Amino acid sequence: MALPSYATPLERTWYYGFRVFCGLVFIFLITPILVIIPLSFNAEPYFTFTEAMLGFDPDGYSLRWYEDFFTSDQWLFSIKNSFIVAIASTFLATALGTVAALGLSRPEMPFRSTIMGLLISPMIVPLIISAAGMYFFYARMNLTQTFTGVVLAHTALGTPFVIITVTATMVGFDRNLIRAAQSLGADFTTTFFKVIMPLIAPGVISGALFAFITSFDEVVVVIFLAGAEQRTIPIQMWSGIREEISPTILAVATMLVIISVLLLVSLELIRRRNERLRGIAAT
Amino acid sequence: MAVVDTTSPPIMTTADGTPLKVSLQRTNRRKKIQAFLLVSPLLLFIAVSFLLPIADMIFRAVENPQVVTIMPRTSEVLEDWDRQALPDEEAFAALVADLAEGRETREIGKVATRLNYEASGLRSLIMKSARRAERLEPPYKEALIDVDEDWAELDVWKLIQRESDPFTASYFLAAVDMRYNADGEIVDQPDYQQIYVKLFMRTLWISMVIMGATLLLGFPVAYLLATLPARISNLLMILVLLPFWTSLLVRTTSWIVMLQTQGVLNDLMVWLGLISDDSRLQMIYNQTGTIVAMTHILLPFMILPLYSVMKGISPSYVRAARSLGANQLTAFVKVYLPLTVPGIGAGCILVFILAIGYYITPALVGGQSGQLISNSIAYHMQESLNWGLAASIGAILLFAVLALYLIYNKIVGVDNMKFG
Repeated sequence: MALPSYATPLERTWYYGFRVFCGLVFIFLITPILVIIPLSFNAEPYFTFTEAMLGFDPDGYSLRWYEDFFTSDQWLFSIKNSFIVAIASTFLATALGTVAALGLSRPEMPFRSTIMGLLISPMIVPLIISAAGMYFFYARMNLTQTFTGVVLAHTALGTPFVIITVTATMVGFDRNLIRAAQSLGADFTTTFFKVIMPLIAPGVISGALFAFITSFDEVVVVIFLAGAEQRTIPIQMWSGIREEISPTILAVATMLVIISVLLLVSLELIRRRNERLRGIAAT
Repeated sequence: MAVVDTTSPPIMTTADGTPLKVSLQRTNRRKKIQAFLLVSPLLLFIAVSFLLPIADMIFRAVENPQVVTIMPRTSEVLEDWDRQALPDEEAFAALVADLAEGRETREIGKVATRLNYEASGLRSLIMKSARRAERLEPPYKEALIDVDEDWAELDVWKLIQRESDPFTASYFLAAVDMRYNADGEIVDQPDYQQIYVKLFMRTLWISMVIMGATLLLGFPVAYLLATLPARISNLLMILVLLPFWTSLLVRTTSWIVMLQTQGVLNDLMVWLGLISDDSRLQMIYNQTGTIVAMTHILLPFMILPLYSVMKGISPSYVRAARSLGANQLTAFVKVYLPLTVPGIGAGCILVFILAIGYYITPALVGGQSGQLISNSIAYHMQESLNWGLAASIGAILLFAVLALYLIYNKIVGVDNMKFG
């Protein structure tokens, strides 16, 4: 929508005004994320730029908050827990979700939209309500303050993402391939691993990444379900922000931003690969 | 006269002689069962780990087991009480027996807490009487009234009778600022205790402001992204997706860093000379903090659905309108804008649903005035331990969200939900 050369002054003002406005919105979106990165290298325990930092004085910068993180038993313990919980629940959510998505995308599936609605519901219900319900119910089952409880909860929260991404991939799936495989003598397992899986892999992987980040970032449910033994990174950050906010949190935040960038990049690569493959299939 | 063949045409059969129709039905049924079997493990899992807990929470909002299970004798005797005059000796004797036993099993505190929700002061009455119950001698009526003369109050007995019902609506009433009075009629809470309706209203209002703000900021950006050449718009899209992917706590932390009185924005404004050092703005730990941080967090949820709708609008519509003589504004308002309505609807409902259930951000940056309804659920679960009230507020919030979700489903459909 480039500006034509015959544009009136009013149109010109509007055109540039619009772009400036959009630029400001982009600044609003990205600044909060960028601003914590330099601040995490602050040599002083402040949450703002010191004069030394603004003058690019090397003494104004230090790695002390990162050192703090990597030498703190509590942080290392919680990062270990975060990975245990996230990996276990991603694995469960991906396995259950992929199989269910295969069933859901079959045209003969009965009560399709009702069941889909039920399976998606963990994503719709506000987290505080999920947390309250799970807290009450898991307490009756003696599952609060256990890894099992946290993993079960995070699996439930992660499956909707797997279902959505995998069913989306299944839309373009040629069902004749399954029939071909079966007519050539493959049983269900062989068909699944040799024919279906390679084709829906992009959907499965992006679903798994979503499930992973959901669990890794999840804070509301773990606050209620986890005990001291299951302390994860988000709980540690949550209590850090509420009690005594130290710049170590900024160092952690910076590392989490890097993790999200990595995730974003891998999703984008999967998407591009997928598009390229589809492009070849279409021609 | 021609002979009419009355027999139906021969039935088509498969190789083994079953009619084709039957065989087809059988295959279809088998396929249905197969599809269902694939879904069933997850359905079972979600039912047990998620749907049952939610149902359990709603059940907790109405269940009322304390009096009936811990004071069984009293509840039974009071069942036939006519509420006109103080109950007779039998009821007092039952009460003393229940109190003594409840103290022994250490369960009586639950009854005391439960009754105290209905009328403050009952906690100490029950606990005090329970401590002495074992040593009381008949006649119990005089003995109990001697322990505390509140036992001569008709209202106390009416309350115990009412709470002997294993189900109650009083948590739901409390969640909408109402209560039962002594005679069991539903009345408003006294003014100083009216908080939840106000809090619900504030939650709706703040969510609406956030919805408006995200629409105002998101619409132009989505339009820009949808109309720029793919190479540039993909780059700019990163600026939308990166916040979307960044941990909620990280974004909330960075808003604390930005907005606090010794924070980046205040420092910047002091340095620019816009404000003086001793009149730094309080932009966080109040409603402003909640609104700013949540607008930032929810903005991608507005931009992405808008973008995907706008991407599908062919530019030739606007060009056609322009060539027919519409000026830019008319073409936009009459042609482009109506086409984006599904996107606006989807984005607004999505942001609104997410906003009314938000907990973390208001808890961290909201201070007093920026708290939302979910914060009071958390408060009653973790601090006041009034789980029934937490559950009933949660149930109300849940029904509101589900109603909105049904509308969302009508507009967009779950199947069309996309990320990134």
